[in-house]
Amino acid sequence: MSILDRLRGGRTAHDVDPLLVELQAALTPERVKMDSAQRSLLGKDASMFEGGVSGPICYPTSTDEVVAIAKIAERHGRAIVPRGAGTGLAGGAIPLGAPVVVAMTKMNAILEIDEENGIAWVEPGVINLDLTRHLTPRGFHYAPDPSSQQVCTIGGNVANNSGGPHCLAYGVTNPHIAALEVVTATGEVLLLGGLDAEPDGYDLRGVFVGSEGTLGITTKIAVRLTKNRPGVRTLLLSFATIRDAANTVSAVIAAGIVPAAMEVMDQKITRAVEHYVHAGYPIDAGAVLLAEVDGAEAGVDIDADRIRELGIANNATEVRLAADETERALLWKGRKTAFGAIAQIAPDYYLHDTVVPRSKLADVLDQIYEIADRHDVLVMNVLHAGDGNLHPLLIFDGREDGVMERIQAAGEEIITASLAAGGVLSGEHGIGVEKQPFMDQLFTSDDLDHQNRLRRAFDPTCRANPGKVLPMGHSCADIQQLRSVPTGVWG
Amino acid sequence: MTATLLSTDPVLAAFAEEVGESGPIAIVGGRTRWENGGALVDGTRTIAAPSGIVEYIAEEMIVKVRAGTSVAELHASLAERGQVTALPERGGTVGGAVAVGQNGVLRPMRGETRSAVLQVRYVSAEGKIVTGGGPTVKNVSGFDIPRLMTGSLGTLGCIAEVILRTNPMPAQTRWFASNDADPFAVHRSLLAPGPILFDGSTTTVMVFGHAPAVTEDVMMLRTLGTFTECEPPPDATGHRWSLSPRDLQTLDVAAVGAFVAEIGVGIVHASNPQPPTPLAPDVRVIHDRMKAEFDPPGRLNPGRVVGLR
Ligand SMILES: Cc1cc2nc3c(=O)[nH]c(=O)nc-3n(C[C@H](O)[C@H](O)[C@H](O)COP(=O)(O)OP(=O)(O)OC[C@H]3O[C@@H](n4cnc5c(N)ncnc54)[C@H](O)[C@@H]3O)c2cc1C
Repeated sequence: MSILDRLRGGRTAHDVDPLLVELQAALTPERVKMDSAQRSLLGKDASMFEGGVSGPICYPTSTDEVVAIAKIAERHGRAIVPRGAGTGLAGGAIPLGAPVVVAMTKMNAILEIDEENGIAWVEPGVINLDLTRHLTPRGFHYAPDPSSQQVCTIGGNVANNSGGPHCLAYGVTNPHIAALEVVTATGEVLLLGGLDAEPDGYDLRGVFVGSEGTLGITTKIAVRLTKNRPGVRTLLLSFATIRDAANTVSAVIAAGIVPAAMEVMDQKITRAVEHYVHAGYPIDAGAVLLAEVDGAEAGVDIDADRIRELGIANNATEVRLAADETERALLWKGRKTAFGAIAQIAPDYYLHDTVVPRSKLADVLDQIYEIADRHDVLVMNVLHAGDGNLHPLLIFDGREDGVMERIQAAGEEIITASLAAGGVLSGEHGIGVEKQPFMDQLFTSDDLDHQNRLRRAFDPTCRANPGKVLPMGHSCADIQQLRSVPTGVWG
Repeated sequence: MTATLLSTDPVLAAFAEEVGESGPIAIVGGRTRWENGGALVDGTRTIAAPSGIVEYIAEEMIVKVRAGTSVAELHASLAERGQVTALPERGGTVGGAVAVGQNGVLRPMRGETRSAVLQVRYVSAEGKIVTGGGPTVKNVSGFDIPRLMTGSLGTLGCIAEVILRTNPMPAQTRWFASNDADPFAVHRSLLAPGPILFDGSTTTVMVFGHAPAVTEDVMMLRTLGTFTECEPPPDATGHRWSLSPRDLQTLDVAAVGAFVAEIGVGIVHASNPQPPTPLAPDVRVIHDRMKAEFDPPGRLNPGRVVGLR
């Protein structure tokens, strides 16, 4: 094989794939990748899932190019899989069955800031934190702040309806999206929603958010601007037990206070974080609660004082109010680098994501510790406690024999325990391929059938990110077949 | 067994029975928005949805309520625990408010109807009870059936029961009116104002929150015009226009007639109707497919079409 052939991905010159030729003609040769390094990289995302096989990878720079890709893929009977930064944790961006991967990272312009309408038009590849940084000098920010916000894209946030610590008061992605330009799998361009107060028709914009790339590719997004709050109070409450912390969270909500954020960290993760960034967290506490209230400068102290009282009533051993912006930033740095801190302990982690009623947090956490113990797995808990969103982190060394089976078994029990407590499968990471097998524990066969009808209305030929979200038997795709790549299909 | 799986409520089962598996059918709520989406085909059987609050958990800020319950009754119960939902109070039922999907003028304070529905149970065209969404305040498990049903005018399923997000009521709400203030400046200047209503001469604005924050807002208002405290304004009536917040700055007063505009939101309550703007053809195709998927025989609310405005 010549060097040139190797560069072509190991194929010889005479079997040039017509799909590739057409894609390269529609974009440019440089923006359609076929080399095995790229295909192997984009066969994965931040989840544990293996088995993704990517076809050609396209980097469009305009809506027209996305339309062209969709139409070419359709002609060749191939699926399309949109992709942002690849930080998804449920395997949503993993290509199944060698589809055309549409990487949106080059469509990353902030197109227009329209203060009068309270929105900004952005391309989907814009990085979440870049948008907020861009808006801050004008007195605004983009409210949803996933912990991955330094790298994840707004398009990925829309697809996963992502949340973050500050989504307790402000809501997750969906209410922050006014309108979407979407390219369907057959290449139609739709404008969903609008800038008017109550766009007419079914709420297809609302339906598209959280659809994990299975209804089409969003190419332009009108996000709502949130005014920056002049008054902010950040409290760190320490407790002897995580149960006391969880009870405080319930008490705060019951008192009619909806703080901007309420995050709980257990002892193990608090110690790991403190060791890593020296944020001033108490390492002897059983758990800490990071609570933040914001609003007008006049008035924030009322809620902050009330949270302090409720903490003390629930056995807080220490309540600290961040004295200034530096201390506040440090406290948040601790929370936001939790995942980085883990890397100091073991090379691998599996981050779970379930939601339970807030009042069940303490009980379910007890069960999680028991489950982890029984499977001989190290677990640390960091949770968006304010909305009952659990994030148990299972920490391990993948090189250890049999560890994956234990991680898997413990994870399944955690999911089952959350459902049994009246919870749901995911608060913000989505279903992807990770939680597909559990969907029929949450929904009946008729429920799943109706979800598939919704999906089919957008994508009757089942070519947008097939094999995700809906489980075998309810999916429009033959999942089994997608997972066994037919011989001869290379890309 | 999880909370979301099949309902075992005999009341819902009886409702499913009543909806049945064939023949044109529509659910009647309070008839306050009965004309939305066009007239019902003659001979359509009309029934009421079951009513009653099934479960209210104030600490979780959720309430499970049957669709036939009046919004007034629901809100009266929630008020006992200092809470409320985003649903507009216009004399209708919970199911009606969800099916119509519109917002009340208090939207800037209470949020949008479409974001308030956490779970929906409906009877399908095939007569089956279907559940979408879930009982928790945060949930991305599967496709967003609650948002699809909100604003669907009952054309995709007969809404039987919903779980709604509740909000705490603020410590204070106060209304102020001015004849010399620029309503757009009010919207720009306040951090998080309640409704700002403008009828061409008078700006009426609500400020809410803890007393010190309200006082600060009132001081800000006084720098923008001569504001005097007033009673909450009466319910806005007339035709409903949906515009963008910016459109209000160039509102064609001759076209709308007498009006009350929701500044910062874009709704205009006007004496004249908004000229219809058809959906874009490609978007209409998705609507038609959605209807065909959820209601293959076309028996749900026949005659009503969503997206006709
Ligand atoms: C360390 C870490 C911390 C995290 N913290 C959080 C958190 O706090 N909250 C949270 O919600 N998530 C969190 N996540 C998960 C992840 O970052 C989010 O789901 C994020 O929104 C994914 O964005 P992405 O650009 O990486 O998308 P990808 O992973 O590339 O894709 C995710 C899904 O979006 C689809 N998609 C991407 N772009 C488009 C588009 N333009 N149109 C249609 N579909 C598209 C893909 O097909 C896929 O299904 C975390 C992940 C990591 C690794």
